Amino acid sequence: MVNKSAAVDFMTLEEAIATHVQDGNSVALEGFTHAIPFSAGKEIIRQGRKDLELIRMTPDLIYDMLIGAGCARRLVFSWGGNPGAGSLYRFRDAVENEWPVPLELEEHTHAVMANRYVAGASGIPFAVLRAYRGTDLPEYTENTKIIMCPFTGEELLAVAALKPDVTIIHAQQADRKGNIHLWGILGAQREALLCARTAIVTVEEIVDEIELKPGGVVIPSLAIDVVCVVPGGAHPSYAYGYYDRDNSEYLDWINHSQDREAFEQWLIDTELREPVNAKAGE
Amino acid sequence: MVDRHGITGTCERKGWRVVTSTQLTKDTGYTEWTDTELMTISAARALEFVTSCFVGVGIPSTAAITAQRILNPDLILIYESGTIGSRPDKIPLSIGDGALCDSAISTVSVPEMFNYWLQPGRIDTGLLGAAQVDRFGNLNSTVIGDEYRLPKVRLPGAGGAPEIASSCEEVTVIIKHSRKAFPEKVDFITSVGHGRDMSVRGALGFAGQGPVRVITDLGVLEMSEEHGELILAAIHPGVTVETIAQATGWDLIISPNLVVTPEPTQIELDTLRQLIMYSSTR
Repeated sequence: MVNKSAAVDFMTLEEAIATHVQDGNSVALEGFTHAIPFSAGKEIIRQGRKDLELIRMTPDLIYDMLIGAGCARRLVFSWGGNPGAGSLYRFRDAVENEWPVPLELEEHTHAVMANRYVAGASGIPFAVLRAYRGTDLPEYTENTKIIMCPFTGEELLAVAALKPDVTIIHAQQADRKGNIHLWGILGAQREALLCARTAIVTVEEIVDEIELKPGGVVIPSLAIDVVCVVPGGAHPSYAYGYYDRDNSEYLDWINHSQDREAFEQWLIDTELREPVNAKAGE
Repeated sequence: MVDRHGITGTCERKGWRVVTSTQLTKDTGYTEWTDTELMTISAARALEFVTSCFVGVGIPSTAAITAQRILNPDLILIYESGTIGSRPDKIPLSIGDGALCDSAISTVSVPEMFNYWLQPGRIDTGLLGAAQVDRFGNLNSTVIGDEYRLPKVRLPGAGGAPEIASSCEEVTVIIKHSRKAFPEKVDFITSVGHGRDMSVRGALGFAGQGPVRVITDLGVLEMSEEHGELILAAIHPGVTVETIAQATGWDLIISPNLVVTPEPTQIELDTLRQLIMYSSTR
C-alpha cells in the first residue's frame, strides 16, 4: 500500500526504530558510499532486532556490523566488500562458517538491484534489462526470469520489484514539513525510499527553507513517513557539504571485525551491546 | 635489442602507447620499478586513445587517473557511483568519494548510470579487476571453491562488473599473475568473457567485444580470434616466458609477435608515484 499522507512524523531515531523496525522485517538502509545511514544501523543493533532481511546494493561496514551482531537472517545485495580496504569479515564469517547465525544470500549485480528498486518505486511487479547472460549468477539467485521482448524477440532479464517493509536513508536537510534535500552522489536512495512501505530519513539538520544545491534533489514529504535529526548520522561514510568520508575508520575496521572476539568487544565498547556481566545484574 | 615492430601495429589499433627505443633512452631515468608500477602504467597506456572509461576502484582507478594526467587529458572517467567526467586530485578509496563528485561534469543516480549510460553501449572501455580470469576471459569475483553455498573464500561479488563486461565496447582486465588467479576455468563466471567455449559471445548478442587484454605484473595477454583464447602478447622487461607459463593454469599459447613491454618512462613513473604519495598523505 502506498503512503498517501503528507504528514511526516518527526521523532528521535530511538523512537523511529522502536516503532517501525520489527523482528523479521525486510529493511533497506541505502546510500551508495555517500550518506550511508550508519546511526540508524547501529540503533537497530542496539535495540537487538533479529531475523531481518537486509537489502542493500553495497553491504559496506554498516551491514557487516548488523550481520556480525546477529540481526540478519537474509541478505539481498550486489557487492559485499570494504571499498578500497578488502573484505567484510563478519559477512564472510557468516557465509563461510554460519557465524553467529546462518546467512541466506540473494545476490545480484548493481544494475539488477538498481532496476529492482526502480520497479518497486514505480509500483510495477518487475523491471527489465540486459543482464546475466552467460554468467553463473541466474543459477544461484532468485527473483529474476528471462523473458522475450514482445516487440523485437530479444531475450531480456525481468527482475522482481523490491518492496522493503522499511527503507532508511540519510540526507543533508529536511524542512519543517518533512521535504528532504539531498545532494552529491545520489545512488539509488530515492528509488529505495519510494519502494518502501515505511520511509524513514535521518538528516544532518532541519532548515526553514530549502535552498537547492547544484545537482541536488528535493524528495517531497508525500513520500516520507518519518524524519529524525541525527547530525553525523552517516559517519564514517560522509554527508557531502557537511563532513568527509572517514577513510581511516574504514581502514581500521579490519581490527574490529577480523576476529569474533574483537568484534564482540567493539559492540560493547561502542555501547551497542551490554557486557554479559552487566546483563546478569552485577 | 628488443624487436618492437610486431607490437606497433597492435598498439596503434588498440590504443597502446608505443615508446620507441630513442624515446626510451631519452626518457628513462629510472633503472628500477616495481611489478605493480609497470602493471599500472601498462594499463594507463591502454587508455591513451579511448574517449571514455568505466573505472573500478583500486589499481584500475590509479591507472585511469595516471592516463588522464599524462597520456589522455580528455579521458572521460566514469565511476559506477554516478560520476561522469571526474578529474580526481587523488586516488579515491571508494567509488563514491566526494572528490569524484566535486570534479565531475555530471553526477547521475545509480539507476540512470546503468540504464542510460552503460547499457546502451555509450562507454568505450571498462577497466576491471577480478580474483580469477580464465583462458576464455571469464572473470570471477564471487566465490573461490566448488561450493557456492559454502565457499572456501567468499569474495565481494558482482558489483557493476558483469554489465561493464557485456556493455562496454571493450574491457581491459588488470590482475596479478598466479596459477590461482589464472585457472583453466574460473570457479564462478561473474562476468562473462567468452563463456565455457568461444561460441557464447556471438550467440548472446553482446554489443561489445568483452575482455580484449589482460594486463598483469608479468606481461600482457590478448584475446586471439585465431586461437579462440587469451594468448601471451607481451612480457615485461626482465620476465621470462617460462615464468609466465608457470604462473598460468593452462597451456598458454605464445604469440608469434611476442614483444617486451616498453620500460616505464620517467614521466610515467613520476606521475604515478606522485599520485600515490599525494593520495596516501591526505
